[in-house]
Order: sequence, then C-alpha cells, then structure tokens
Amino acid sequence: MTSTMNETEMRKKVREIVRQFASENREPDATESLFESGLLDSFVLPQMVSALEEAFHIRIPDADLNPRHFESLARIEAYVSSRP
Amino acid sequence: MAFIQAFGAYVPQRIVSNAELAARLGCDPDWISQASGIAERRFAAEEESVADLAVRAAQDCLARAGRAAVDVQLILVATGSEPRRFPGAASVVAYRLGLRDGVPAIDVPVASAGSLVGMIVGNALAATYPVILIVAAEKMSSLVLREPLDRNIAILFGDGAGACLLDAKRGAARIVDHALHSDGAFAGSLALQADGTLFMDGRSVILHASRKLPRAIAEVLERNQVSAADVPVFLMHQANQNLMDAVARALRVPADRFFSNIRNYGNTSSASLFVAAAEWQAGGGFQSGAPAVFAAFGAGFHWGALLAVGV
Repeated sequence: MTSTMNETEMRKKVREIVRQFASENREPDATESLFESGLLDSFVLPQMVSALEEAFHIRIPDADLNPRHFESLARIEAYVSSRP
Repeated sequence: MAFIQAFGAYVPQRIVSNAELAARLGCDPDWISQASGIAERRFAAEEESVADLAVRAAQDCLARAGRAAVDVQLILVATGSEPRRFPGAASVVAYRLGLRDGVPAIDVPVASAGSLVGMIVGNALAATYPVILIVAAEKMSSLVLREPLDRNIAILFGDGAGACLLDAKRGAARIVDHALHSDGAFAGSLALQADGTLFMDGRSVILHASRKLPRAIAEVLERNQVSAADVPVFLMHQANQNLMDAVARALRVPADRFFSNIRNYGNTSSASLFVAAAEWQAGGGFQSGAPAVFAAFGAGFHWGALLAVGV
C-alpha cells in the first residue's frame, strides 16, 4: 500500500472499489462474504483485483491470487495493508 | 515446426437444454445462460465411451485432411474423463482407428488444456513422427451427473471430442511459436478426486485464468512481433463465455475475434478447443499470411498459447 495513505483512507478506497463492482448499492458488513451474499460474482473478481492494484500501487503476485484474500471488506483491507 | 492440416469433431446426438438440466438441478434456466453463456450441451449415451467419442472425432479429422489412418505415425489422446486409470484411451483409440501396428499411442491426461498441450508436444515431435494425430475426448456427463449433484459444476459441462492432424511438411497453417506453463500451487482448485468427485473452486479458476491466459497470449505474440489487434481469430478452450470476454478485454481486442460455440456445447474440457477449431475451419479457417492464436487454461494449473500462421 502507498505510504502516503492512512488506514481510514485505505478503508474508504476499498469500499469505493467494492461498490464499483457490486450488484447492489449497499455497504456490506466488514466480515460479510461479498460472494456468498451475492454482492459480487466470480467474474468481477479479476477486475476488482486489478482495480485494487491500481488504486494502491501494489502488484499482487500470482501466488497471492487466492479468492480468500478478497472474500470480505476486512480480508481485502488486511491483504492490502500487508502489501509493501 | 509442423503444419496444422485439419481439425475434426464429434458431438453426441442427445441435446440437453438449460430447461431440462435446470429441472434436474432445481435451478433457473436463465441463471445457467447468464452465468456461463451456455444454452445447451450434448450428453453421450450410457454405452458411449470416451474412446468411442475420440474415434469418431479422429475419423472426421482424417476425412477432412484427406488422409488415411495408416498415414498416422504417432497419436496423442487427451482426456480427463477416461474412467480407467490405465491403460488410458490412447492405445484403444489407435487400435480402433486401424493405425499401423506398433504406432505409438500416448495419453495426455491433462483435462482442459490437454488439446493445447497435445498440439505443442506434437509440434515438438514432428521431426521424428511426421504425421501426428492429436485427439481430445471427454465424457464429462459421467462426472458431473454423479450424486450429490453440484449445480455450479453440472451446468457448465458437456460431452464431445475433437482432433487435429499435424504434418511436418504441409498443411493449412504453420505453427510458429508457443508458450506453455504450469503451476502446481493451485492443483487443488480444480481436480477430479480419487473417489470420482469433480471439485472446482470457480473463483480461483477464474481469477487465475483471467490473468494467465492474456499473459501467455501476449508472451507469444510479443516474441513474434505480432500485435493482438492484427490477429483475426483467437481459438480458446471454451470454458465460459464470460471468461473469453474477459480475456478479449484484457488484450484490448473485440470479443467477436474469439470464436465461440460454447452456447451449443458447453464446456467439453480438452475437446472444446478442437471442436471450436473444426467449426471455425469449416467456415473458412486459415487465411494465407494471417495469424491465428490458440489458447487454453485448466486443471493443474496448466495454461498456454500457440501462434500459427496461414499458409
């Protein structure tokens, strides 16, 4: 994650990106499964991952392309925060 | 480098509509078409085997090429749905086709990427075996209709077979280059378990395929200084219409450059690339000097791309 972005900004940005690909205009709970709830479908996942890379200036290696990292807002935030 | 002489295909007679399948699975037929782009698929008869399907596709390919079975010097048979662990279908298919005694018949148990792997391996062996028949056949219904039914998997697959004849000296297109990759870190994401259960983590498959396929295609195109915009046709493993559209978007080419017949047959795993190529070739196929790209991704993960140019 870019060093100039604080945690609040990061969380806001993650929510903006999820909203961009969501099928409904609502704020999910932090731990709610974005896929099981139907908010996201499998085919927007690659596009959402690309959007996260662009927004946070990170490169997500193939080894990290595990859907669990992108299952919920909390998991996305944790993953993005873990990236140098 | 070898030449692609012809493709062939065979699909079983029985057409299974989304409505028929949805009734069995307890789901909405419209959901099937929206999730996959599939309207119908073919299911083989109970008594039809993987080898039966393979033989029919191989015979179609040889007829289209104007070649006899005795001309074939090596046969590769790709399948992920042959129920017998060994011997695989290859030796049976070779015997039933009437290939010359002793012609090597090698199994390629790779599933979805099997036809592409067969083309790449065949191309590499063409200096030793100048006429190579590659066959890909799948009876996916025998896997996906097992109880307990998994609707997310059962909606996707169909039965069918395809074939491709390579010749070291002549053909409709020359194979120019390929990219072929594997990554065992995700072997569990798409697997036929020992008990016969087909497991698929769809999100993992889509996530990796959406990235790895465009990358492999770009790798082979860049190495040969061909722009994706200048490729008139991309022939891809027919996994899911949404995936093909995503790969087209990633390469910034119109989606209609990706030949698609998934609507009519569903995902026939390794067979789909050749079934698509056979239909495409019957409609005109290779044009002199024009590139064509073949690409596939599947269990393993195994994935890659192959560049051919019309003669």
